[in-house]
Amino acid sequence: MSEPGNRLVIGPFNRVEGDLEVRLETSAETVVRAEVSSPLYRGFERMLVGKGVPDALVYAPRICGICSVSQSVAAAYALAGLAPGRVPPAGRHAVNLIHAVENLADHFTHFHLFFMPDFARPIYADEAWYPQVAERFTAIRGSATRDALPARAAWMEIMGVLAGKWPHTLSIQPGGSTRAISRAEKVRVLALVRGFRRYLETTLLGDALEAVAALDSGDALHAWSQGRKGDFAQFLAISRALGLSALGRTRGAHMSFGAYQDRAGGHLCARGTWVAGAAQPLETGAIAEDVSHAWYAEAGGKPQGPLRDAPAPDLRNQEAYSWCKAPRLGGQVVEVGALSRQLVAGHPLLSDLALRGANVEARVVARMVELARVVPAMERWIAAIDPDEPFIDPAALLPDGEGAGLTEAARGSLGHWLRAREGRIEHYQIIAPTTWNFSPRDARGVPGPLEQALEGTPIRAGETEPVAVQHVVRSFDPCMVCTVH
Amino acid sequence: MTRPLRLLWLQSGGCGGCTLSLLGASGPDLVTALDLAGVEVVWHPSLSAATGSEARARIEAIAAGEAPLDIFCLEGSVMTGPDGTGLFHRMAGTDEAMMRVIERVARRADYVLAVGSCAAFGGITAAGGNEVGAVGLAYDGRQAGGLLGPDFRSGKGLPVINIAGCPIHPDWFTETVLQIAAGAFDARDIDEWQRPLSYTTHLVHHGCARNEFYEFKASAEKLSDMGCMMEHLGCKGTQARADCNIRPWNGSGSCLDGNYPCIACTAPGFEEPGHEFALTPKISGIPVGLPTDMPKAWFVALASLSKAATPARLRDNAARDRLVTLPQDKSLKGRKGRP
Repeated sequence: MSEPGNRLVIGPFNRVEGDLEVRLETSAETVVRAEVSSPLYRGFERMLVGKGVPDALVYAPRICGICSVSQSVAAAYALAGLAPGRVPPAGRHAVNLIHAVENLADHFTHFHLFFMPDFARPIYADEAWYPQVAERFTAIRGSATRDALPARAAWMEIMGVLAGKWPHTLSIQPGGSTRAISRAEKVRVLALVRGFRRYLETTLLGDALEAVAALDSGDALHAWSQGRKGDFAQFLAISRALGLSALGRTRGAHMSFGAYQDRAGGHLCARGTWVAGAAQPLETGAIAEDVSHAWYAEAGGKPQGPLRDAPAPDLRNQEAYSWCKAPRLGGQVVEVGALSRQLVAGHPLLSDLALRGANVEARVVARMVELARVVPAMERWIAAIDPDEPFIDPAALLPDGEGAGLTEAARGSLGHWLRAREGRIEHYQIIAPTTWNFSPRDARGVPGPLEQALEGTPIRAGETEPVAVQHVVRSFDPCMVCTVH
Repeated sequence: MTRPLRLLWLQSGGCGGCTLSLLGASGPDLVTALDLAGVEVVWHPSLSAATGSEARARIEAIAAGEAPLDIFCLEGSVMTGPDGTGLFHRMAGTDEAMMRVIERVARRADYVLAVGSCAAFGGITAAGGNEVGAVGLAYDGRQAGGLLGPDFRSGKGLPVINIAGCPIHPDWFTETVLQIAAGAFDARDIDEWQRPLSYTTHLVHHGCARNEFYEFKASAEKLSDMGCMMEHLGCKGTQARADCNIRPWNGSGSCLDGNYPCIACTAPGFEEPGHEFALTPKISGIPVGLPTDMPKAWFVALASLSKAATPARLRDNAARDRLVTLPQDKSLKGRKGRP
């Protein structure tokens, strides 16, 4: 039984990518205060200083085994600040395809392996929906894992064609993709995408992707889900029964760096922010990291932003409780992820679901909507590839300069900032999606998005790892290895 | 009926990419392979339901010798910094340095598997100045020792099995576990770096689709070219030990097939090659790293001979991102091109 003023320390908090600890102060029935701690430090930013500039493309993907391609894309975009050339259209399509394969695989993996197994916990054994969910989603043994793993492996075969291998490709370059594809490979890639579409439409979503993408309100989603087969409809039924739309609420701003570049310099999923229900342009110059509550030495003075600041690790900070820094946009906390991307993009269903604040249900629905939106876009990119055209501009990098590489990993906004001198990396900073979402408090004491989302989360009698807390944490699809790069 | 083999998987200073690669296993998939091998996953950070205190209890029972452990897998480097405290990775939910937990668990296991080059040798996490003190279970780079010391032997009398690679190919792991489960993995199955011979009897060069370019020293000049990447682009395929071009990645690929060089990611110290990864270091125009077992004088002589004999087709194609001159059936003399 949780007594007022009790403390709960949850760790290792698993089925997130990497290491996480969540510390809670609780009253009898709810979380009163949360501290989110990343207990691992990895040191990539300092490791990269002094390396030859192109070597960033070898090291950067190895920041993360789950968003490896996103790290490559961010690094390549940052290096593009030193590249005089322009990415040819076929190269842009190839990089977008490789990136989309990873991002959608992450949504798919998150749903089946990381998020849903919590509903198969014995604590729900009395619920009407339990027997079916336990059969389908029990960790490791559930039938969903047996179905999803082969579908995922087939999907990743696109990487074998376009990127050599996954994770940790070197095919993504500032000038495009090293791997031109033949006319035969083009139809093979399309067949692999169509095969995945078939799995989504029959097993996960239970309808045509276009129909799912076109859902435009919470009411429409509810009506659509009634009597529908498929794992997504099963989730929606559980979500309604458990009130997941009221769980894990945040009310702050959302941000997207923009995903999948188009010919005009725009994106399939737009760049921008979403503040109080309205989309606004993004001021990238307003991004800076606060280390008041993280184990880094404070440089003193105002943070200058990631192109200038490079905090060094320092365990002596007495206020600190995490290796995660606290990035802020114009001093404000922002949330990132699939939901944020779809809010910035103005998707009517997600705008409706997040009307009273982001929540567990909306974050999960956003991933399903992205699967439904992006797969058809991939089919269009493949069709647009002319295998006779170049896939890369091989122009050499300039020895001096700086660059910012901004993109979207599955779990949100990812940025790399670098300065180069005489062909060597002089400065390299990375801000990963979960660094935003799982940031500790800043100098003003304002908690990060997850810390805010956990306040008020209900605790059942006797719980030491409250199940609702687990739903909230995993609804963000955190990647802790990126967080503590 | 014997009890299932109990497997515990921990992660430390790494990216999680070996687990993610493993999720892509096919023929059979990961959970089927473990099931067929009779393996019970006691805990895996990405897969298991148990979290927090329940996970800690399972790990602690093993570390204390109260519950048996057949197979221990570590993914990621052991973080010994700062100053040997290991506090760059504190085990979540405890005040204990992760390196201490890893050591206590490893000394209880019948088989210890270092999954990936980080856990084996320190790997990418040890790059740069290695400020974090990243080491492998039984090696610190090329130096024997690491966390467990050079004389470490697991319950079955084996050294740490280093399934090196960045990341691993899923089969490298599943075959090792299937062999262990069949009682068919012993000291004969590892090489001089304690890596499973199932994949290190080969050089990456074996089965490389660029072999003909290699034979005639028709070289790629930039990433994306079809030619051999040894002369200019830093490719270590003729020295690196792995079967990447025999056992395809993600259905059909490999680094070489992706038109970028092998960086010998299965070798200790690959993270600091001493040169830009995609740039071949040379002395008087001759690559410093020659093919395994090849005397230098022979290589130079053969290279100049084969360069002189390079067919036009290979010369035309080597520095292009697709074939521009195709093989032609000579018996159809007089007929130009395709019908």
